[in-house]
Amino acid sequence: MSKEYTFDKDDLKKIEEIKSRYPEVTPAVMPVLWLAQDKFGHVEPAVQKLVADTLGLPQAHVQGVASFYTQYYKKEKGKFVLDVCTSFSCQICGGYEILDHLENKLGIKAGETTEDGMFSIQSVECLGACGYAPMLQVTNDKYVNNLTTEKVDSLIENLKQGKMPEFESIPMPQHETES
Amino acid sequence: MNIDWKNYKPILIPAIKDLHKIDVYEKNGGYKALKKVLSGKSKMTPEEVVNEVKDANIRGRGGAGFNAGLKWSFMPKPDGGPRYLACNGDESEPGTFKDRKIFEYNPHSFIEGAIIAAYAMQIQTIYVYIRGEYRDFIDMMDVAISDAYKKGYLGKDILKSGFSVDMYTHMGAGAYICGEESSLMNSLEGKRGYPRVKPPFPAQKGLWGRPTTINNIETLANVPLVINNGAKWFKGIGAETHPGPVLYGISGHVNRPGVYEYPTGMLLTDLINEVAGGVPGGKKVKAVVPGGSSTPPLRGDSLDGVRMDADSLREAGSMMGTAGICVVDETVDMVDFTWRISGFYHHESCGQCTPCRDGTGWLEKTLDKIRRGDGEMRDIDLLYEICTKMEGRTICALADAAAWPVRYALDRFREDFEARCKKTVYALA
Repeated sequence: MSKEYTFDKDDLKKIEEIKSRYPEVTPAVMPVLWLAQDKFGHVEPAVQKLVADTLGLPQAHVQGVASFYTQYYKKEKGKFVLDVCTSFSCQICGGYEILDHLENKLGIKAGETTEDGMFSIQSVECLGACGYAPMLQVTNDKYVNNLTTEKVDSLIENLKQGKMPEFESIPMPQHETES
Repeated sequence: MNIDWKNYKPILIPAIKDLHKIDVYEKNGGYKALKKVLSGKSKMTPEEVVNEVKDANIRGRGGAGFNAGLKWSFMPKPDGGPRYLACNGDESEPGTFKDRKIFEYNPHSFIEGAIIAAYAMQIQTIYVYIRGEYRDFIDMMDVAISDAYKKGYLGKDILKSGFSVDMYTHMGAGAYICGEESSLMNSLEGKRGYPRVKPPFPAQKGLWGRPTTINNIETLANVPLVINNGAKWFKGIGAETHPGPVLYGISGHVNRPGVYEYPTGMLLTDLINEVAGGVPGGKKVKAVVPGGSSTPPLRGDSLDGVRMDADSLREAGSMMGTAGICVVDETVDMVDFTWRISGFYHHESCGQCTPCRDGTGWLEKTLDKIRRGDGEMRDIDLLYEICTKMEGRTICALADAAAWPVRYALDRFREDFEARCKKTVYALA
């Protein structure tokens, strides 16, 4: 039996606001999938059906969109999804060492979830933080930059206590020398 | 050409505290260009704006390097129907992390530039497409856009000029291909991000079949500078054929990585050794990727005199791309490095065209075979053959972007590949 998913009144209001940004309804698919994922933690097929029914679109279309984009979770993942960047700048600055460390620490491989459902690890493509390599992103949200194994260890401890990292502002070096 | 970069003060993202706040931006001359265009004695016609920007030769900062004003001039005459501006903040090319600095530190320069662009092309709706991973930066943009509405720079009858335009952010969800302009339009339309066949070009048939222009974020952020100071002034900055300030994102093996603003035409060696503080441990530079993963890697021993502009980089055998410079030191094996680039393109190929869908996989697998020590000399030829069968044979340029780094890595670092391959021995009958 799959779970029942519904949007509440506030969600529906937000969806109407989203629809008003575009000349037709189809473009609302991506923002509404995001809204659904933020609410339910994933967009497995039953959630895709909810999105399709709410927008009056074929479920096949919504599934087609959801499956094209990697950030939509088509099945449930851990509470915290650790996306370790291994693209070239991170690769040469130790991204794979960070990934190895995480795999050993959590006892799972990239693409897997810990048994208690707390953590998933993924090796991902460039996240646009190349100068701050190696780095990872926590559940499509905060970036943790300039990683060391110690930094990873304290991140895991914090996350276990439900403490998300904060946004880190990284100024341009020219600005630092002038101010 | 002599660039006095040591005395250069950033103008695209000046070092002003809290410049992201609209009041601070206004106090420092912000929205002056928009006022100049829309009101008073200085009021410009849309054609005058297009011509000024075209004359300034702002070459697209997203990678293609096409004259932005010239692109604007391709828009057909208004027919009363909707027209769109899509701003490309997908920023997904490995080595590229510059537009996020505009979102964070000077969002209004981009918003102002986009409004001026919309006026010049008589567009009523602007979408700002930002990669889904940049959630924090999207939030910052939403705040900045909302502030611009409150001040009357966006919305109906802007500065009582009769001109109206709306602006919305659209959040991507993890697909490099959506930085390709026609794929970006499909994504904005709520579809899978498949690139479209061109022609028709976006100016003829873009979003929802209507005239559309797609510009990079940094490109648009340059527009207020051009309007305020004139095309002639702008052309006096940096390289003659590729003028203006540019955000250099320097990553990899350097002591001070980060995003730096300097004029175009900087010597690559100055950027690496002076600006970014050289290679840690005094190691030698083995390779430099000058403008994001799709631009061919240069050899570290061939960097003398190479400047960061389209002409100089073409001569050196590469491209300006996004000016995202990745420095690779002598400890890196180019087989590993090239394999990872191929892995990226394999993952990001949308799968529409067979040469790309299969070719990117073949490149990655063949490089992985060499990496594992199972490669043979003939695999090097196989890699060249795969590249040839990909280049120019697909709807969009992703296949070319995947093939070039491999082809040029083989040309320029062949010794690394040969060292990992077994000799191919054929028995003669």
